[in-house]
Amino acid sequence: MRKRRGRGSAGPERFGDRVRMVRFRLVLVLAAAIAVHAGPRPAESGDADAGRQAFDQCKACHEAGAGARHGIGPHLNGLFGRAAASHADFIYSGSFLRLRDDGHVWSAETLDAFLGNPDAVAPDSRMTFDGIADAGARADLIAFLQSIGDGTGMALLSGSAEDHGIDPAVLAIEGDPEYGAWLSGECTTCHRADGGDKGIPSILRWPVERFVIAMHDYRNKRREHPVMQMIAARLGNEEIAALAAYFANPAE
Amino acid sequence: MKLDRRSFVGSTAATAALLAAPAAIGQGRPRVVVIGGGAGGATAARYIARDSKGAIDVTLVEPTRTYYTCFFSNLYIGGFKEVADIGHTYGRLASAHGVNVVHDWAVGVDRAAKTVSLAGGATLSYDRLILSPGIDFVEGAVEGWDVGAQNAMPHAYKAGSQSELLRAQVRAMPEGGVYAMVAPPNPFRCPPGPYERICMVAHHLKAHNPTAKIIIADPKPKFSKMGLFQEGWADHYAGMIDWIGPEFGGDKVSVDPAGMTVTIDGEETGVDVCNVIPAMKAGRIAELAGVTDGNWAPVSAYDMSSKADPDVHVLGDAAQQGDMPKSGFSANSQAKVCANAVRGALTGSKVFPARYSNTCWSLISTENGVKVGASYEATDEKIAKTDGFISKTGETAELRKATYEESEGWYSGITADIFG
Ligand SMILES: Cc1cc2nc3c(=O)[nH]c(=O)nc-3n(C[C@H](O)[C@H](O)[C@H](O)COP(=O)(O)OP(=O)(O)OC[C@H]3O[C@@H](n4cnc5c(N)ncnc54)[C@H](O)[C@@H]3O)c2cc1C
Repeated sequence: MRKRRGRGSAGPERFGDRVRMVRFRLVLVLAAAIAVHAGPRPAESGDADAGRQAFDQCKACHEAGAGARHGIGPHLNGLFGRAAASHADFIYSGSFLRLRDDGHVWSAETLDAFLGNPDAVAPDSRMTFDGIADAGARADLIAFLQSIGDGTGMALLSGSAEDHGIDPAVLAIEGDPEYGAWLSGECTTCHRADGGDKGIPSILRWPVERFVIAMHDYRNKRREHPVMQMIAARLGNEEIAALAAYFANPAE
Repeated sequence: MKLDRRSFVGSTAATAALLAAPAAIGQGRPRVVVIGGGAGGATAARYIARDSKGAIDVTLVEPTRTYYTCFFSNLYIGGFKEVADIGHTYGRLASAHGVNVVHDWAVGVDRAAKTVSLAGGATLSYDRLILSPGIDFVEGAVEGWDVGAQNAMPHAYKAGSQSELLRAQVRAMPEGGVYAMVAPPNPFRCPPGPYERICMVAHHLKAHNPTAKIIIADPKPKFSKMGLFQEGWADHYAGMIDWIGPEFGGDKVSVDPAGMTVTIDGEETGVDVCNVIPAMKAGRIAELAGVTDGNWAPVSAYDMSSKADPDVHVLGDAAQQGDMPKSGFSANSQAKVCANAVRGALTGSKVFPARYSNTCWSLISTENGVKVGASYEATDEKIAKTDGFISKTGETAELRKATYEESEGWYSGITADIFG
């Protein structure tokens, strides 16, 4: 079956927050428009400030800057010159492991190819990202990623909301993965158990806290999506914790 | 790759080979037989086999080697999919989960002896039986039509060769020709299905045969997502579609397959395609098993067990369970509850309380998707709706496109969840 995916946005927000998604798209369109006016530019001359804006769409899954940690995706400090899938403490999809085995190293050139067509470079990865068609916009993003360096000189950029308003006691609940496995049946009708993300994002191997916050946001209707709000509405705190525990380290 | 029900009957060689092995290794293990490898049955077989890790001997009886999903078969008719896109096989159920897949028809159930007999002559014993045979049509539901007329006037309500036939007929319509649909009364499989189909037929005709006309004779004054469909028809297919509800005689219909005419409230019309979707009932094997009451098989909301026999479960379209629509999503949801209960009963594994949900997406025009969904709980009386949502009229193209893309994601998710 032909792959059909949306263009221009990334991360769980693509599914969860239409308003924000539209905004991401505007940012991209704007970036593209600026790029067109400026004429084609080689990667070296990207505008890191414009790239910083575009990074908002990466932020939902990737942290960068001082104290960055792995989130839904690995942190992006010290990216350049690093082999693909080389953080020992992050669980990668098979797609990126194959890249690593092929000797893939992240550079301005390899990133440009990846950002231009992620499906061609890393097919069937868990990344909910369709690529950036505009070369100028890619150059801007790459310039920004280069400016991160090892992250120590930059304030933390992170998609995890600090003001989620969820009781720390609720976040601390230890989920029962066996119960989560049972509950997960309600998720896998739509979210692929193998991490496929076509049209519906992958929910595999999220950091537990991110998963819990997202589900509470749906339950409290702070995050848009009618199906997810309905599903979350009848999940208790224990059940959300159980699902987060299960999907952090799913069977199979 | 056409489906032909008859060609699979009596595929005894394959059946015998498959049956020999499990009998030897299955000694002493509790046995589950699942009849019907569709949305409900294949999910149940997969979940029981996968989660019991070999502790339960699971046999799935299904006549066809390739299951064509009814879901997305309308998109195939509209030209958005090819037939291969909606075909699924049973290889993974067998290889990854150890399900014994037997390609044969179940022709009888002896509930006292706890056995199932197959058309090929074999007999299977069970500790628990799961029936998910889908639907059959009520005889005499549409005057002038019977299954013998399904080539002249296809229903395309079981996917495969019927869908191929209907698509070919729509494509062969003469310029300015007429497509008629006889819509079914409630309850029936996929409440938005007939109306999504109208969108898909109209989509094709608008591009290739714009002066063609569509008439729908409907016995129901209201139908699923009615406001959304009517908005879509007006916005995209203006002047093409004439929906005739019971107020205007849509419930008084007869057809003549030989003469290709439809008579609605006494008025006869010659048509080029006639898509007759008759009233439905549980797949016949449910009736033969003696678990039906009227057209459907009543079940307990807690574990989908038959009200007539606690060792028999009925899933999906065939079940009379309460508020859930007859959909693939519902069948899949019910199958997981049933699988959990059956495993608990046979191996003592933990049984969790039932939870059910459903969402049905429909495509109105290119990248213009809508959806309706609900969550449900088990009560003594039935599966009862607790909450729900529906797309709104006047939504942005952006949102409709995202909804369509979501439906693609759902299709890929649910088919992986069913066939593994
Ligand atoms: C046009 C159309 C569009 C649809 N769109 C959607 C949609 O978008 N979303 C959705 O969720 N649902 C949709 N549906 C509904 C969905 O297809 C059904 O609700 C679902 O398939 C029901 O699952 P089931 O297991 O009850 O039956 P089925 O999936 O029909 O499976 C029954 C199986 O049992 C087998 N069988 C029957 N009798 C016997 C026997 N005696 N022995 C052995 N095997 C037997 C059959 O060969 C068949 O494979 C649609 C339906 C139609 C017609």
